Amino acid sequence: MRTMPRKARAELRGRYGVYGGRYVPETLIPALEELETAFHEARRDPAFTAELEQRLRTFCGRPTPLYFARRLTEALGGARIYLKREDLLHTGAHKINNTVGQVLLAVRMGKRRIIAETGAGQHGVATAAAAAAFGLPCEVYMGVEDMERQALNVFRMRLLGARVIGVEGGSRTLKDAINEALRDWVTNVRDTFYVFGTVAGPHPYPEIVRTFQAIIGEEARRQMLDVEDRLPDCCVACVGGGSNALGLFHAFRDDPTVALVGVEAAGRGLATGEHAASLTAGSPGVLHGAYSYVLQDAGGQVLPTHSISAGLDYPGVGPEHAYMKDTGRARYVAVTDEEALEAVHLLCRTEGILPALESAHALAHLNTLAPALGPDKLVVVGLSGRGDKDVHTIAKAVGEDVGDRR
Amino acid sequence: MSRSRAAAGTGRSAARRAAAPTSTAALRDNRLVRVLGAARAAGRRVLVPYVMAGDPDPAATERLVELLVAAGADAIELGVPFSDPIADGPVNQRAGFRALAGGMTLGGALALVARIREHTGVPLVFMTYYNLLLHHGLAAFCREAVAAGLDGVITADLPPEEGDVLVAEGGAAGLATIFLLAPTSTDARIRSVAGASTGFIYCVSRTGVTGVRDEVPPELAELVGRIRAASETPVCVGFGISRPGQAREVARYADGVIVGSALVRMLEEDPEDLGRVGAFVRDLKAAVSDR
Ligand SMILES: Cc1ncc(COP(=O)(O)O)c(C=O)c1O
Repeated sequence: MRTMPRKARAELRGRYGVYGGRYVPETLIPALEELETAFHEARRDPAFTAELEQRLRTFCGRPTPLYFARRLTEALGGARIYLKREDLLHTGAHKINNTVGQVLLAVRMGKRRIIAETGAGQHGVATAAAAAAFGLPCEVYMGVEDMERQALNVFRMRLLGARVIGVEGGSRTLKDAINEALRDWVTNVRDTFYVFGTVAGPHPYPEIVRTFQAIIGEEARRQMLDVEDRLPDCCVACVGGGSNALGLFHAFRDDPTVALVGVEAAGRGLATGEHAASLTAGSPGVLHGAYSYVLQDAGGQVLPTHSISAGLDYPGVGPEHAYMKDTGRARYVAVTDEEALEAVHLLCRTEGILPALESAHALAHLNTLAPALGPDKLVVVGLSGRGDKDVHTIAKAVGEDVGDRR
Repeated sequence: MSRSRAAAGTGRSAARRAAAPTSTAALRDNRLVRVLGAARAAGRRVLVPYVMAGDPDPAATERLVELLVAAGADAIELGVPFSDPIADGPVNQRAGFRALAGGMTLGGALALVARIREHTGVPLVFMTYYNLLLHHGLAAFCREAVAAGLDGVITADLPPEEGDVLVAEGGAAGLATIFLLAPTSTDARIRSVAGASTGFIYCVSRTGVTGVRDEVPPELAELVGRIRAASETPVCVGFGISRPGQAREVARYADGVIVGSALVRMLEEDPEDLGRVGAFVRDLKAAVSDR
């Protein structure tokens, strides 16, 4: 067993180095304390663990395969590329790992109502599905701009019985949806469970979401040892709030030979200012209850962001990523909308897999990474979701008409 | 890359249990501490109106403060707008976005305070969000605030366990640090907030965000009673107090009443009708005074 006592102690108070913490209105503090206690009790309860494991297997479709992408490897001419296939999960992305865990926790805590925020709609769909499966009413906050560009997921949430509440304030995207969900939670805190979608937010959310997503890396590590009889040399994943990346990285955190690379959205290019690369181009600040890297102006106002992928279009990032950046345990890079789109086409044609635009950011980084590592090296890429939800966006980007969006 | 905890303002020990320096020498001269302390000692209730700094422009706020003082405000809260105001309802959100659109910043709000100070001695308190202070630098903010004539700061998203650096810097500079309590707060939290708060303790009337509400929650009196029993620091109640009748009711048990959204909404409806605003504040003041 590996132990990191110093870090473990810091985590008790929700700190990753100087990052993390709990910067929320007083009303929520007792609720976060209650959540923290309930979460730690649940983790120690074999009945909870067993039910979660069973749901992940029979409802979500775990374990997901680790797929050797032979033709992609050949096309890029370098390291052997394996894809961790979270795109094959129920509802189409890794988000379901976390929502099933949190809704199970909500049931255990006796909460009667589920709320969530969503950007791309994937977390909203995954929350709606989990809430339906446990018979709880669910309301999802979504920026009206995201509702427009992810209309299909809005309809999916409604089909799954959720109420989707459009958020008009601010930049009308994910950050504003989180603001509105927090306001709802402050108001209805006694009977409502807020299913937070990524490893950001106030303590204990970063720890809860990482715990439920860590299965990605646990499986991948085991699968790689099975197939190649050794650990990968590098793990790559896209970073919005950072949940699929941390889910993949966590099992490898104490394997010093495994490089960890997070890929952020460079949007129209870092130099244009129209991007969502919080770690690459931001600075430390407090947003949505945690101290971490934030895209902010000279006065500390949070900046509007841009990414072709709604799931990466967020000015903050989970505090543990901030810590891993500063300590050098992980490295963070950014790729543009255009590079991500090229990666979509490449994966479609080499492997017959349509990736989500978010995941395509991780794939795009392979263009430089795979040849640089060379053929003796092994890379695991977190394929966090499938691209069905993105076909309209992709079609629009390549100037093709695939019919009316609404 | 070295970011010391103190520099980042993310310290995490002192304020948690040990009582923070509630009374530094610098704080004894603080207008807010003196005015509210004297009112509590005399059993006099105070009225604290809230307006958004720079809504729609700084000159309007300057005129408004003069009017509020003339109408009987005992202290004034100035909102400093933040892009992501998670503790605010729609009325204050809109006011904040109007102020941001007009170019208001933390530095701009401090300059506004300095101008207001040229013609009034009324205690002035900022209500804002932590990132603005952190970004400015906590020590620099506290020093510049006091130099400009600000008396206190309420940080809507800063619980005392994350606030020890701000409390220490505020205490050293003479700036009151006001923390919030809510209906969900336990007795342990009441002690911790009471230990860190100077000037007054902000009691949130209900679970929720700022906004206009129809009635005062029945459990409020009991909550205020618990807080007043735990601390000598005056307790002011805010969030949702919108009418003189509500203000009168709350003033029966609290040291002060804060009225924000109702006033902000009135200004939104007609920024020019200062006569209406003045009459409303005079009515509130009368209600608070003859509870
Ligand atoms: C498929 C997919 N990948 C990645 C993300 C980004 O989130 P995170 O960084 O938390 O994994 C999203 C968010 O919606 C997503 O839908």
